[in-house]
Amino acid sequence: MDLSAINPLLFVAGFLVAATPLIFAALGELVVEKSGVLNLGVEGMMIIGAICGFATAVETGSPLLGFAAAAVGGAALSLLFAFLTQITLANQVASGLALTLFGLGFSALLGQSYVGVKPPRLDEVNFGLLHDIPVLGPILFSHDIILYLGFAMVVAVWALLKFTRAGLILRAVGESHDAAHALGYKVVRIRTLAIMFGGACAGLGGAYISLIRVPQWTEGMTAGVGWIALALVVFASWKPWRLLLGAYLFGGITQLQLNLQGAGVAIPVEYLAMSPYIITILVLVVLSADKSAAPASLGRNFHASS
Amino acid sequence: MTQPPLLALRGLTKAYPGVVANDDVSLTIAPGEVHALLGENGAGKSTLVKMIYGLVKPDGGVMQMHGAAFSPQEPRAARAAGVGMVFQHFSLFDALSVAENIALGMENAPKLRALSQQIREVSEDYGLPLAPDRIVGDLSAGERQRVEIIRCLLQDPKLLIMDEPTSVLTPQEVEILFKTLRKLSAEGTAILYISHKLEEIRNLCDSATILRLGKVVGHCTPSETSARDMAEMMVGSTLKTPQRAGKTPGEVLLGLQGLSAKSPSAFGMPLRDITVQVRAGEVLGIGGVAGNGQDELLAALSGEQLSGAGMIRFKDQDVGLLGPTARRRLGILTAPEERLGHAAAPDMTLTENAMLTGAIRENLVRGGMLNWPAAKRFAERIIKDFDVRTPGPNNAARALSGGNLQKFVIGREVLQRPEVLVVNQPTWGVDASAAAAIRQALLDLAENGTGVIVISQDLDELMEISDRFAALNEGRLSEPRPAQGLTVDEIGLMMGGAHGMEVAHG
Repeated sequence: MDLSAINPLLFVAGFLVAATPLIFAALGELVVEKSGVLNLGVEGMMIIGAICGFATAVETGSPLLGFAAAAVGGAALSLLFAFLTQITLANQVASGLALTLFGLGFSALLGQSYVGVKPPRLDEVNFGLLHDIPVLGPILFSHDIILYLGFAMVVAVWALLKFTRAGLILRAVGESHDAAHALGYKVVRIRTLAIMFGGACAGLGGAYISLIRVPQWTEGMTAGVGWIALALVVFASWKPWRLLLGAYLFGGITQLQLNLQGAGVAIPVEYLAMSPYIITILVLVVLSADKSAAPASLGRNFHASS
Repeated sequence: MTQPPLLALRGLTKAYPGVVANDDVSLTIAPGEVHALLGENGAGKSTLVKMIYGLVKPDGGVMQMHGAAFSPQEPRAARAAGVGMVFQHFSLFDALSVAENIALGMENAPKLRALSQQIREVSEDYGLPLAPDRIVGDLSAGERQRVEIIRCLLQDPKLLIMDEPTSVLTPQEVEILFKTLRKLSAEGTAILYISHKLEEIRNLCDSATILRLGKVVGHCTPSETSARDMAEMMVGSTLKTPQRAGKTPGEVLLGLQGLSAKSPSAFGMPLRDITVQVRAGEVLGIGGVAGNGQDELLAALSGEQLSGAGMIRFKDQDVGLLGPTARRRLGILTAPEERLGHAAAPDMTLTENAMLTGAIRENLVRGGMLNWPAAKRFAERIIKDFDVRTPGPNNAARALSGGNLQKFVIGREVLQRPEVLVVNQPTWGVDASAAAAIRQALLDLAENGTGVIVISQDLDELMEISDRFAALNEGRLSEPRPAQGLTVDEIGLMMGGAHGMEVAHG
């Protein structure tokens, strides 16, 4: 066992990378749930995003185009969910589960010819001198643009929900769709847009795994990150900052256990592998012990009956 | 009239599958006029105002505002044209603050800080005190209504639609609301006022339109028409006033001794030291503004919430520690307020709902097996005896209109020959003739020796059927007093006054 083999700078930089897919997926789901919709299809939309992004990046040679395609793919799959739950009023839980199963299968089909291919690399953002600052440089200023985008989106969603009228309307729809409808807000349209935003975010998260974190394509490579994202939204009490904290915690422990495995710590690998899930959930359960308010209409279907 | 009316409706028609909600409805409202819209449940009042507010599109007919065509495609357009609406079931968001709620109902809401200032000003002007940063979920019913009214007032409406605004208010709060409405009317705002309470309409409104089964059946001037005449125009037949023979009450059936109980919910009201007795053949009326312990009292009496030893006695037995089933076996039956979800299971059929509370006293269970044919007969008996309008006992409870389901849940308990019957809001949302039938059934029950406790927010109802009256305020029950001869002022004081609203009118 040699703990000195763990480079703290690389470790911190690595956990920011590990947390990013989770940040995207959970943030999208947070917006969806704030609008009163429970979409359990995050995992499915992520894996579709992962393969759409991977395939596009390989074919065009541009990782950024790949991310754009991933967002479109995730949003397109979420439209299926929106159609089922908002138009045909199908059960949201069942539709979400179906979406995940469909996404896993369909992505495997799409990805058959991409197994073993290496995707083009997305370059680091050039911060010039900032990159050369000791310690901070390698940790904060040596990443790709998408990682910074994830952080910026947390800030943006937080500000949108808290300060803007659009955010207020979104929360109102999630709180009581009947009252929102009585005031003349288009509940179905607003929810559909939120679902599409959630799909696009999940797609970006998936592509971040296949293009940057791993980077390669294998079937089912999202490996449950979508489910962690769903749990994260609940345990973060639907608050963006807490969500960010939970994602970093999860990313950090994932990275740590990989490093520990590498250093040959005498703990069975299975325990290390399950530790991020258990510790993240434990910490967030403790955090969410305060009065956490779920959107009151969460998971309830809306039908304008009058 | 020299100027065109503010709002003129001509020949409005709206049909839903199987029912014509509005058939050739015409009426006009002048600026500053307070116009009452009367009718039983299902007469089409709500559909009519929803058309004016742009929530429902008419199938035929024209609406004009200030002589120009007016056909709002959505509430936004109606609001822009100067129509404001205060909803019957409040259209508020519990988890949001007062200011956020008001912003949601406005077209061009200013920044929250400026809006808060406006809210304070308007609420002071009209004597409706309200703190903009409070969370709506924590407000009382009266305060919630103020939020709705102020939301409308901030948009400077020319026509304010109010759908049953006073059903949740104390007499003093009603008085304050009426002062506000009269002030608005004097400033030229027309008010379209829907209510079941005819005395209020006589007191407040300049003119009235009466609807029956979707058609206009008459107009009248409320101040010159008796409440009874208006009620008969609504129903289309002569009304029966509940009859009762004077009778001396018998032995004490139910005795509460220092009943205290915590509320099961975080927003509820704990019961505090309630002592009262109910005798055989007596109707005890319990008034009070909603949220002062009514639900908790019903839960304590039904056994949903157990109370301490010795707090509730039935005849000579301590029943405070018995659950609902054991109490039903003894003959203590209850009918809670919330029809869907508490009194009845919405998606189960009427037969199944009859089984749920009638199983023990109607012997619908034998050796653990349910006797469905007997339950069906029981349900059919309720439907017949209480004139429940439904195709049959196999219909889901949810499919019934509120009034019909109410008749069913009350009838279900009455027919089980209770020794003590506790009902909460027995005629809430029920039209005049059905309400009269329910009240008559309660009186008949008392006549035959049952002790009846009626918890209600309808004071007219309580005065009509109670022998003694008491009021719940902050979880405490006032000393019961004979109902005969009580004045509205005395009742108001028993109910705890106007909840801090006197200050505003100094």
